[in-house]
Amino acid sequence: MSTEFEAQGVAPGVNVRTHGTRTSYLIGLSYAVILTLASFWASSTDVIYPPGVPILLGVLAIAQMGIHLVFFLHISSAPDQTNNILALAFGIFVVGLLVFGSMIIMANLNHNMMPMDRLMQMQR
Amino acid sequence: MSAAEQTLAAADAVPLSLRGPAPKRVVAGYGFWLFLLSDIVIFAALFAAYAVLSGETAGGPTAAALFDKKHVLIETACLLASSVTCGFGSLAVQSGERTSTYFWMAITFILGVTFLSLEVSEFSHMLSIGAGPSRSAFLSAFFTLVGTHGLHVTIGLCWLIVMILQVATLGFQPMVSRRFFCFGLFWHALDIVWIGVFTIVYLGAHL
Repeated sequence: MSTEFEAQGVAPGVNVRTHGTRTSYLIGLSYAVILTLASFWASSTDVIYPPGVPILLGVLAIAQMGIHLVFFLHISSAPDQTNNILALAFGIFVVGLLVFGSMIIMANLNHNMMPMDRLMQMQR
Repeated sequence: MSAAEQTLAAADAVPLSLRGPAPKRVVAGYGFWLFLLSDIVIFAALFAAYAVLSGETAGGPTAAALFDKKHVLIETACLLASSVTCGFGSLAVQSGERTSTYFWMAITFILGVTFLSLEVSEFSHMLSIGAGPSRSAFLSAFFTLVGTHGLHVTIGLCWLIVMILQVATLGFQPMVSRRFFCFGLFWHALDIVWIGVFTIVYLGAHL
């Protein structure tokens, strides 16, 4: 508990314990290091069935993002964090729409496009 | 039980609807969090562009030929370590310890500069072998995505210098501690973006 908060007093409903401790940062660091090394290992190993590697990398990346959110950005289910969680949910929704929407649309356009040599012939 | 902990226990008993307006720290954090999310949406657009264009090399160098995994691992280690030292710095700001605040901020700054110089050396190497942003659509997308992240790190380092000066001149006032809290959020969010960068750009290149 910091002396600063005691000196200034705490307003009702203020949770000063959302900032984590040195231990929680170190726990977050160790998780993040394990997940980072795991994804570097997974990308260069022959042990895993190759078509499964991208999915594994995706899972490891999302897990590490979650670790960062919880241990470093201190996103939690505390009452004063409700708005942050809602904003985060909307952010993830928009990011998903942008990334997967673009990829699906561009793949579809690519698929429907006339092959380049045929296109050249028509322009002659 | 300390006085502050007693206040906390009492605060938990007050229903949410009766607590009045949220304290400045929560409001400032929420506003900055909204900014960070909009920044992440910008990165999402750049990631989408990279994902679509990563195969369009126009006969130029491919991702697998350009990227060195060891280099990226060192960059990742720098950024991760700086994230943790930044966290230690914000703990020091909260408890008002001047020496350890300067110490952790300086370590954070050095790690950030190391990351940036590694990135700049990578970029200049790529430019020197003719793999600049104008070579192919893939390289344009790569330089935009990774360059935007690097630009954010540069801005973060400038902000960190300003925060060190503010601690030196203004001391540990509540507004300085709020600003440092926002800086910490910014720095950790850059680390989250970097997870996406090293997974999709650098590790994805070798699949």
